[in-house]
Amino acid sequence: MSRILKYRELLLLVINLVLIAAFSTRAPGFASPKSLANIFNDTSILIILALGQMAVLLTRSIDLSVAANLSFTGMAVAMLNSAHPEVPLPLLIAAALGIGAGLGAINGFMVWKIGIPAIVATLGTLTIYRGMAFVLSGGAWVNQTQMTQAFLNTPRMPVLGLPLLGWTAILVIAIIAIVFTRTIFGRSLYAAGGNPTAALYAGVDVGRTKFFAFMLSGALSGLCGYLWVSRYAVAYVDIAAGFELDTVAACVIGGISTLGGIGSVGGAVLGALFLGVIKNALPVIEISPFWQMAISGLVIIIAVLLNARQDRRKGRLILRDAAKSRSVRVATPVEGAAA
Amino acid sequence: MSTLAAEKRPPRHIPDKLSTPAGRLLGSWETLLAAVAIAIFTANSLASPHFLDPWNLSDATYNFTEKAMIAFAMTLLIISGEIDLSVAAIIALASTAMGAAAQAGFQTPALVGIGLSVGLLCGAFNGLLVARFGLPSIVVTIGTMSLFRGIAQIVLGDQAYGGYPSSFAWFGQGYMSDFPWWPTIPGFEVVTFEMVAFVVFALLFGILLHRTTFGRWIYAIGNNAFAAQFSGIPVQRTKFILFLLTGLMSGVAAVCLTSRLGSTRHTIAVGWELEAITMAVLGGVSILGGSGSIPGVVLAAIVMGLVTFGLGLLNVPGIIMSIFIGLLLIVVIALPIVVRRIRSRTPA
Repeated sequence: MSRILKYRELLLLVINLVLIAAFSTRAPGFASPKSLANIFNDTSILIILALGQMAVLLTRSIDLSVAANLSFTGMAVAMLNSAHPEVPLPLLIAAALGIGAGLGAINGFMVWKIGIPAIVATLGTLTIYRGMAFVLSGGAWVNQTQMTQAFLNTPRMPVLGLPLLGWTAILVIAIIAIVFTRTIFGRSLYAAGGNPTAALYAGVDVGRTKFFAFMLSGALSGLCGYLWVSRYAVAYVDIAAGFELDTVAACVIGGISTLGGIGSVGGAVLGALFLGVIKNALPVIEISPFWQMAISGLVIIIAVLLNARQDRRKGRLILRDAAKSRSVRVATPVEGAAA
Repeated sequence: MSTLAAEKRPPRHIPDKLSTPAGRLLGSWETLLAAVAIAIFTANSLASPHFLDPWNLSDATYNFTEKAMIAFAMTLLIISGEIDLSVAAIIALASTAMGAAAQAGFQTPALVGIGLSVGLLCGAFNGLLVARFGLPSIVVTIGTMSLFRGIAQIVLGDQAYGGYPSSFAWFGQGYMSDFPWWPTIPGFEVVTFEMVAFVVFALLFGILLHRTTFGRWIYAIGNNAFAAQFSGIPVQRTKFILFLLTGLMSGVAAVCLTSRLGSTRHTIAVGWELEAITMAVLGGVSILGGSGSIPGVVLAAIVMGLVTFGLGLLNVPGIIMSIFIGLLLIVVIALPIVVRRIRSRTPA
């Protein structure tokens, strides 16, 4: 299994590099270190959110409320900052993490204790959290002039050529990579999604694992709420509308199975970067940004097709395999060529 | 948490006799919904003096008729264990195609044909990916949602299509009293084309789901797709047809909505997939598949229409309404689960 995963990440890395190389033939300077750092920085928020989404996906759930959580938390910290400029930034960031984790915990509680399917619970909170952002702000915007300099400029401060926003993403990637692969919680995530029954026998509390996955996703969304508001220097109700789909897309492209239990941190990061490279390349090669949405849609579909090919290598019931044999045959030549 | 889920289940309770049909009807989800609908209707008419005006009520139906048409098809799809998140994006694409055709000078019948065909094609694409390649429908339709609306966005950019022929406006704005054969009974003049379409589609989907073999197949697939396949049910073909139907109904909704608005932007019908799913789930359809009914969804559509219209009369902004819809969705799903758990704890 790990060989397949490595293969997937390598493939994604190569695709990313080929894309960058191809774009830089059209626009010299696209592959310059400065431009690459810029792309990474621009994709940082998506990377962080995708890692949260990955934790939830691993447990066979999905979190559609990440963008709404981001909007509410972003609005909350921005309003706090404008009303009480004396509150220090670390406290604001802690507040963002806390509010986000709280909203995530609400999702997790509904999935764990009430037993509502994750897609329905987060579909509901998706509209509720964004609505709450409206209630909180009364529909008003928090503008650049109302926020303090420290609040706005800290994530933009360059360190070794990369703004702190990018370093935050690197820090989150490192922490998540350790948590997912080196801690009991991380292994529980994979176990709970890979085979819930076996996980139960092995002493993993599947429901509680899901709860903490949602809380993690919420906390990272909250953090991104602050990062988003400071990056774009404005907070309003509709920020990041529809961004939850981008996080799912990044994960799916990165080879994280929506059926749970499969996926790696590297995959999620590379999947997010893939979307980031395309997003940044479109204006450079003079394609209208209106193409972005259709391209990510197409990429998601192709990625799901590739993922399904991977899943099929596992043992399957004979009848279902027979029913799908035609589609397997379609996929086989490609598989042979790649092997 | 050392005990297994199976061990925690209480011993099966077998009643001495089955409840009577009347008793079953009284205790059903549909009855509860009907009671809620009546309560909201009463509350609305008390809260606003304008609520009971027939023309007002006629306008209120636009809140749910188009969404309900999608919800009917979505109901069948959810019962079969699949879901389609791309319905609103199909509306956007179908509406864009109709807009482009209208610019090119096509007339109303051609526009309707184009709208419906685009819906069918999109549904076929979803169905192909899910049924033929065996991909999970949530992810596939998240992808096609981006793809379909993305194509609409490429075509339209930040522009809008308008200039539909005047006869095209009838589908979304017309009244049945435009026909000479429509009965001239007082009160009947407020009946719109969309209301009649809503009733006709409710009947058609009700018959399809509850009175045909195909309908039984849908339940069988949703409850146990393996067992269904062993029973000789063409599982994949049935799912493909359901995606086709959902695409077609999205096309129908696109015709009605485009005709009502008279213009097309790429943001048309944003968020409708959530409302259609909420409608189905509120109507008692299990999101895990296998159970649900069309009468329930009809009542849910009316409840949602009444709630949004009533709140609108009270000048509640749309985003606050969406909080209500979101809460409604969660409460409606949580309530039966919580009630069942409390019941199983206290032995009867």
